[in-house]
Amino acid sequence: MRPQFLFHDKKDNVGVAVVEIKAGEKITGSCLEDGKQITLDAKEAIPLGHKVAIAAVKQGDSVIKYGVVIGRAEKQITAGQHVHVHNIKSNRWQHGKV
Amino acid sequence: MGKYKFMGYRRKNGAVGARNHVAIIPVDDLSNAAVEGVVSLISGTLPLAHPYGRLQFGADLELFFDTVIGTGCNANIASAVVIGIEPKWTDKIAEGIAKTGKSVEAFSIEKSGDLKTIERASRAAKRLVQEASEMRREEIDLSEVIVSTKCGESDTTSGLASNPTVGRVVERLVAEGATMLFGETSELTGGEQIVADRMRTPELKKKFMKVFNDYNEFIESQGADLLGSQPTQGNIAGGLTTIEEKALGNIQKIGRAKVDGVLNPAEAPKGKGLYFMDTSSAAAEAVTLFAAGGSVTHLFTTGQGNIVGNPVIPVIKMSANPNTVSTMSEHIDVPLEKILTLEQTLDQAADATMGMLIKTLSGRLTSAEVLRHKEFVLTKLYRSA
Repeated sequence: MRPQFLFHDKKDNVGVAVVEIKAGEKITGSCLEDGKQITLDAKEAIPLGHKVAIAAVKQGDSVIKYGVVIGRAEKQITAGQHVHVHNIKSNRWQHGKV
Repeated sequence: MGKYKFMGYRRKNGAVGARNHVAIIPVDDLSNAAVEGVVSLISGTLPLAHPYGRLQFGADLELFFDTVIGTGCNANIASAVVIGIEPKWTDKIAEGIAKTGKSVEAFSIEKSGDLKTIERASRAAKRLVQEASEMRREEIDLSEVIVSTKCGESDTTSGLASNPTVGRVVERLVAEGATMLFGETSELTGGEQIVADRMRTPELKKKFMKVFNDYNEFIESQGADLLGSQPTQGNIAGGLTTIEEKALGNIQKIGRAKVDGVLNPAEAPKGKGLYFMDTSSAAAEAVTLFAAGGSVTHLFTTGQGNIVGNPVIPVIKMSANPNTVSTMSEHIDVPLEKILTLEQTLDQAADATMGMLIKTLSGRLTSAEVLRHKEFVLTKLYRSA
């Protein structure tokens, strides 16, 4: 079946919505590395192109995409939640500092 | 001989081009009016107006000359008319371009005025256009070509689909013996180590890290808060969050290829393979620098819909965002949205892109060319004296 989200690497804890996802929907995601599929409940609406957590991420822990750290969780994130600028921050560039 | 061929123009210095422009090049802001005069009189001429060329100094002046001369040397340009206010810099640019063996005519405005200059330059341009119209395309091996790539208004679909498609194309072109340019120095932040590890030699790795660190130190020295502009509002709307996420998507464009060289802005590669050029991440500035370095066609991926073009080199626009592909369809040359629904593989997408690249190199006009996108933007390092 056609997935609602894709993720790059087995180590990733976020996926990318490839359709508009509604809150409460059961969604299936496909791993681009090995084609393995996972299913979870969307806790919130996820706009196309935005990220959905595929595992819980504790506050301060790394958000992983492409198998690489892309930033850290600013607050506790649970699987199925929308992951965006409101709950993750860069480890490299902060306001007023490069 | 490789398996890919295209129909292109072979220049006297051996460089191969995809277009056959007669460029009318101003040396400085003051000469744009005379350039416009020539272009309005003579059919088939290409103006390259810009706002600089006066009282620049040091590294900024060097980059100015490298970019304007490099652009004139581009193999998509058959011949050129150079117009400047005073003879010294006008001759310097004309002589720089003439080293390629192409016809170049130089005119300075002081002691003549605009009108006499326009008449003389127009007579020269008329002859050059007629000569260029006799030049013919010939079959050329794809291994001889220089192509560049950069992404703009990226979103998560860029990292998932359009950039990895370019990555496959880069792997194929480099395997064919062609030359590829990529850049966007500050936008590698978070993925710089991955690029550094692709450098062929420890010396190249050191050179790359110096270029990367210098750019970041420059940004830091301005005391600026880049978070207001990087990632851009468009990037964030498209789902990107941090510079690291944007950079990791960005570097999908080089696939698994090794990097054969590190170039200064506007510098031409001396060999074949994949080259990193130190550029800004602003689309028009970067494409202008790649063209000055010899790229004759550009692969541009977009998520949210950057519409950039260039006067000298065709810019092929690719997008995998289904909304962009449908709402901005007139700008997209290679739609890739079926990758997201797993209806198209990256290899099939790379086949489609290679097909469009060869057609474009052979004369097919890109969407940006037909829609008159001719963004020629010089990179200015600091204010003039």
